[in-house]
Amino acid sequence: MTELTRRAALATTASALAAPWILPRSALGQQKPAKLRIGISTFLSGPASVFGVPGRNAADLLIEHLNAKGGIAGVPVEALVIDEAPGVNFLLGECRRLVQNENVDVMLASISSGSCLAVAPLAEELRMPNIMWDCGTQRIFEEGTWRYSVRTQANAVPEIVAPLLYLLKIRPDVQTVAVVNQDYAWGRDSWAIWKTAMEAIKPGIRVVAELFPKFGATDFSTEITRLQALRPDVVFSTSWGGELDTFIRQAAERRLFERSLFVLPLAESSLERVGKTLPEGVIVGARGDHWFLHPTARGNGRLDGFVAEYRKRYGAWPIYPTFHMAQALFALEAAYTKALAANGGVWPSREQLMDTLRGLEFDHLTGRMKIRPDGQGLEPMLIGVSKHVPEYPFPVLDQMVLFPPELTMNPMGTKGLDWVKGLTMETVAKAPAPIPYKA
Amino acid sequence: MGLLLLLAVLDGLAYAGQLFMVAVGLTLVFGVLKILNVAHGSLFAIGAYVAATLIGWFGAEELSLLALAIAALAVGALLGPSIERGLLARIYDKEHVLQLLVTFALFMILEDLQKLLWGVQPRFEDAPVRLLGQVEVGGIFYTAYQLLLLPGVALVALLLLVWFLRRTLLGRSIVAVTHDREAAVAIGIDARFVYLSTFTIGAGLAALGGALAAPTTSLVPGIGVQMIVLSFAVVATAGLGQIEGAAVTALLIGLARSLAVYFAPELEVVVPYLLMVAVLLIRPAGLFGRRELRRV
Amino acid sequence: MANRLLVAAAAALLLLLATAQPWLRFVLTIALSTGLAVLGIMMLLRAGQVSFGHALYVAAGAYTVAFLRPHSGEALLLVLAGAIVATGIGLLVGLFVTRYRDIFFGMLNLAFSMVAWSLLEKLYALTRGTDGIRVARPEVAGLALEGPAYEWALLLLALALALTSGGLVARYLRTPAGEALGAVKTRETRLEFAGISARRVLLQAYLASAALAGVGGAIAALATLHVTPLLAYWTHSGELVFVAILGGTGHVLGPFLGAVVFELVRVYAAASFPDAWQMILGLVLLGIILAATRGLVGLVDDLLARFGRRA
Repeated sequence: MTELTRRAALATTASALAAPWILPRSALGQQKPAKLRIGISTFLSGPASVFGVPGRNAADLLIEHLNAKGGIAGVPVEALVIDEAPGVNFLLGECRRLVQNENVDVMLASISSGSCLAVAPLAEELRMPNIMWDCGTQRIFEEGTWRYSVRTQANAVPEIVAPLLYLLKIRPDVQTVAVVNQDYAWGRDSWAIWKTAMEAIKPGIRVVAELFPKFGATDFSTEITRLQALRPDVVFSTSWGGELDTFIRQAAERRLFERSLFVLPLAESSLERVGKTLPEGVIVGARGDHWFLHPTARGNGRLDGFVAEYRKRYGAWPIYPTFHMAQALFALEAAYTKALAANGGVWPSREQLMDTLRGLEFDHLTGRMKIRPDGQGLEPMLIGVSKHVPEYPFPVLDQMVLFPPELTMNPMGTKGLDWVKGLTMETVAKAPAPIPYKA
Repeated sequence: MGLLLLLAVLDGLAYAGQLFMVAVGLTLVFGVLKILNVAHGSLFAIGAYVAATLIGWFGAEELSLLALAIAALAVGALLGPSIERGLLARIYDKEHVLQLLVTFALFMILEDLQKLLWGVQPRFEDAPVRLLGQVEVGGIFYTAYQLLLLPGVALVALLLLVWFLRRTLLGRSIVAVTHDREAAVAIGIDARFVYLSTFTIGAGLAALGGALAAPTTSLVPGIGVQMIVLSFAVVATAGLGQIEGAAVTALLIGLARSLAVYFAPELEVVVPYLLMVAVLLIRPAGLFGRRELRRV
Repeated sequence: MANRLLVAAAAALLLLLATAQPWLRFVLTIALSTGLAVLGIMMLLRAGQVSFGHALYVAAGAYTVAFLRPHSGEALLLVLAGAIVATGIGLLVGLFVTRYRDIFFGMLNLAFSMVAWSLLEKLYALTRGTDGIRVARPEVAGLALEGPAYEWALLLLALALALTSGGLVARYLRTPAGEALGAVKTRETRLEFAGISARRVLLQAYLASAALAGVGGAIAALATLHVTPLLAYWTHSGELVFVAILGGTGHVLGPFLGAVVFELVRVYAAASFPDAWQMILGLVLLGIILAATRGLVGLVDDLLARFGRRA
């Protein structure tokens, strides 16, 4: 009862301060809206638009499908897309506009870690349900608890631990490693996870070079010269987009792949563009449980239909951000459906929606995943090695291992960077059996 | 150690070649028009995109080098005059700040235009690099394209430019306008034509820089931004309007950068700027610049 | 007198906008913070000097707030600290760059801001790189505020600072030192014959501009509660100059008018054409330069003059 009055009081104050047309929806259930409005922040300009635009395309396609079958529980869905490239100042203003002026019901916020870290507190302040659709940093749920944010994918910890486990499984004799990462938060964080985990599992592997070319670099000649001189067993790089393409091409042109085994946890998103320049035998990751030829989901109508239609409309095979977008939208649909059922058909409040998202299990394009009570998604990790086949003009994945989250993700309440210190060769041994590529 | 140093020098040379191609056009245009063209980076990017598109159209590897040249010529000949006549000619009588901002506005417009024309997915056409194959130096493989062709073209461009400016009528007119516009006009030089041709050559050089860079790197939105700030540093360090100065400075920055990657990677990004501050501290008008007369 | 009325009307309009559209409170606060930085740019433009690196001082103010927030919970103190740190850096850099003019002045400022930008990205352990630093919401004048109340407090604080600084700068421009600033642009040597050090005059303006940018950056950090290195990037510096020209350099109202219009155009362009908002901003800028050299303030002036003639 006190809770109710306090909320009522809060609502009254808020409405007194705010203009009448943005009256916050009551904390209790409410009328079915005429439309479900989703705000999506993504990169529409700058280098990261290589992920942002496919993500937006996937949203367009999937929302069209949703609306064709009547929307979510009969409510048609509408997306409002904003560009996160101009920086945090602009993004936060845009989020406010979407929530306070456009009456957006849910935000699907952001790709860059900086954006995600800034939006989470704003979501609390505005009581704005926020699904982090492509945020990588593990810091979000390790350093804060958020009532109004969940993440419908894994995070940097499993994305790096899985390829490491894969490497040590197929090449336990590795002696030397070099890293070439982009010089920004993700490049530094991912290397910290890899290095810490590697030292725990197999102490004695020597790091011969730590190269951090500047973010947005267009030339890696100098780095490649150094790597040729040092001849490390393994070259690790979490670069992405144009930079990864350039690095792969320049490395191939200068025959670096003949000297070192490459581990590229984000290369799935570059495969089609670099084509068979990327040789066979490179360890490739996809930031989660997805690939357009996913070994266990292939043949299910959902994935194949999406892939065919996406390819037809946008002229490219879907890459991981499209799957991340799909996960966010499928989670949203599942949460509304579940909350409506639990609410006796009454449209759920924002809080009810968030409560339902936590602990939710939902089906997406390539499988089924779960959101932990702290808001973190639990997603398997698909890792494989590149293989050239006649069916495609670019490499496909072979010997794929689907690492379950139990093996690669730190438990709730722990910090990823501490947790990886407890990894051992036994963890490596627990990796599931590889699945070969089938034409 | 000796080998390492040699490798660093080779890497630096290739990089310097690329940097020079962009900076020289910028400094040439500044020398005559007195406008620091922020959109120069966009011309670089458009040259790169057009080159990649042409390589794709031509298909055959043997034709790919031709595609680079055609791209540079086409972009220079089409965009150069239209920007100069359509836009810059209207603002020659305005303040420097306004002129600078007109090119800034142009840069913003061209950035989005590239995105609309070529999309956001990285493009990569490396046929010219494959065509020329590899060179081995001390057990290290280089591509002939980056080790020989890029610095070679830069050197040829430098020599041609110097010859053009010293030995041809148009070139001498350009030099005359650079030194003293009023006097040049007084002796009958058509300043309008000099402006037009200088900007077109500058645009062509930017596009050539882009076309040459295209086979070595992925073309992504924002690629022009990266190049332009660095070229500013080259131009200011060299002294404004100094062609040979731009070459020496590009070489200095290229070498300093690759040495930084080898021996102090943390400094890689700031090296050009530190160099610029140091040079201007000692020579306030740049390495090769002359002090302008002060207005009374 | 007419000037004061104009300023009062602008401030009232701003508050009205913020009341009618709650989401605009944040956008307008950011616009005012930009306007403060641009006010400093405007002083330098009076001297004919354009800095392509003032984002450095915006970032200095913002990061000062982020670094000091764990030690101080008072917004007013944090803003003051931001101004002091920015002025300090401005003194170090200013002593050097005020020896240069025109393009060298611009490029040196650019160089320093680029060095600062890469430091903010490189010193990962200290600055968390591109992820940036979160700023916990502080108290404002001893009051612990939340939600709309905090937004209002910041907007009013920004407005008060804008009015004060605008007034001070307007007064300064009318003093001999302020008049000398204009002489740096046109007849610097004569200034020196008259026994006035052009460098000292320029340095004064430079310090003021650094302080103003620092205050602007601090306000922006308090509004977004998150700072990233992008604040120091050269395109941000370019935006500041853009706004200065957009608003017009003829009146201290110009920077603020320019900043508000800039933010609003950007927001609406981004909402209507998410893929081409940069192009629209570029076209607006071109239009202003080609059609109305004196910026928005000049336009307003012309309108008022025409209105006055008719009345």
